[in-house]
Amino acid sequence: MTDQAYNFAYLDEQTKRMIRRAILKGIAVPGYQVPFASREMPMPYGWGTGGVQVTAACLTPVDVLKVIDQGADDTTNAVSIRKFFQRTAGIAVTEATQEATIIQTRHRIPETSLTTGQILVYQVPIPEPLRFLEPRETETRKMHELEEYGLMHVKLYEDIARHGTIATSYDYPVKVEGRYVMDPSPIPKFDNPKLSDSPAIQLFGAGREQRIYALPPYTNVVSLDFDDHPFQPSKAPHDCDLCGAADSYLDEVITDDQGGRMFVCSDTDFCRSRRAAGHVGRLGSAAVEASE
Amino acid sequence: MTPEALLGGFTNAPVQSALAFRSALEALARPGTLHNLTGALPPPPMSKAAGVLVLTLCDGTTPVHLAGPHDCAQVRDWITFHTGAPLVAADKAIFAIGTWAALQPLDRYAIGQPDYPDRSVTLIAELRALTQTGPRLTGPGIKTEARLSLPETAAFAQNRLQFPLGFDCFVTAADLVAGLPRSTKVEAA
Repeated sequence: MTDQAYNFAYLDEQTKRMIRRAILKGIAVPGYQVPFASREMPMPYGWGTGGVQVTAACLTPVDVLKVIDQGADDTTNAVSIRKFFQRTAGIAVTEATQEATIIQTRHRIPETSLTTGQILVYQVPIPEPLRFLEPRETETRKMHELEEYGLMHVKLYEDIARHGTIATSYDYPVKVEGRYVMDPSPIPKFDNPKLSDSPAIQLFGAGREQRIYALPPYTNVVSLDFDDHPFQPSKAPHDCDLCGAADSYLDEVITDDQGGRMFVCSDTDFCRSRRAAGHVGRLGSAAVEASE
Repeated sequence: MTPEALLGGFTNAPVQSALAFRSALEALARPGTLHNLTGALPPPPMSKAAGVLVLTLCDGTTPVHLAGPHDCAQVRDWITFHTGAPLVAADKAIFAIGTWAALQPLDRYAIGQPDYPDRSVTLIAELRALTQTGPRLTGPGIKTEARLSLPETAAFAQNRLQFPLGFDCFVTAADLVAGLPRSTKVEAA
């Protein structure tokens, strides 16, 4: 049911036009952060206001929306954003990745491959990949202008000097179409390969930092690395304890104070559909009963 | 202003502009694909698709340049009434609308600044017809290659060389639109 006190999808039309123009420029220059006049939303900065504004600008009444928070459909952030758009846009929602036309995500890319016609909207806290290396916006803007990304390689090199490997495990910087270095938002580096050549449109919204950037479909995205230390996506070396998946990104869950722990898929929809298809992990059957 | 200028706008702006934007987004994100844009009835010589783009993307903050035959009283009044966009010379424009010939010369338009490449014009080029034939397109948004009946290749090839600066383009014919961002490589077929 649409809450009639609001315009369709909450934002006023002038704001949506401004965001839409920024999205189109973002699509035209993949990986470049387009400034936009981010609005106050009825949730605090840091709770996905950038993603919410991008989603609001893209939603149509026929869309089916899925919202995930660290892969899960049922956590606070995901539930409240999904409810927000149900109220203000009256759109259908789903938890199934393949049924969604727009997926707003915080810090994960779904395990199920995305398809043509889907839009993945990322919530981004810090859009500037160079920000922790150079705090001044004037300087980082100049570095993007001059394609001066040596500092980022110094950071990765320091990782190797200190830890023997590139220890950066999330927020792992990528280079888009050989031009702009981009922050993929804090997705685990396990997800980085899915950024490249995706059939879906990927949009990134940073509300507090007032930036929108984008990856059109089939865009070349390369994780930065060195010849002798090639990029390696990583995950916990286990299978999912509920569905037995060996190839999905896992969350570690502490189960008692005796050192007991279990590993479960971070993508709840992926895990559920695997269990529904009869796959059972180490603790599978017991855990299913416990959760029901 | 004639009373006709008041007609032909969206009847349900939030929904119609949302649907139109999604088509425009798909068009620009997947160069070479054709999309329908309907819901507006702009005065001639402006096409339906161009009219819908104007209603969806333009407002009081986006200076618009009308080139050639499009720079007529009917179109000026229609855009002013429905969007409030200021009508300006080519070098000040965020959007420029006209036939491909009328939009020339292209070096009049803003192509962005090296530190802000987004501050560039979006051309809306009106063609007689739009088909998936002709010059070969490759680049972001295109899996292998696409084809689009563009009026020429040289200007777009030149535009690509300036990347990340450059103009972005929607080509329209009747109620069809296709997108051509500056990132696309255009070669003769």
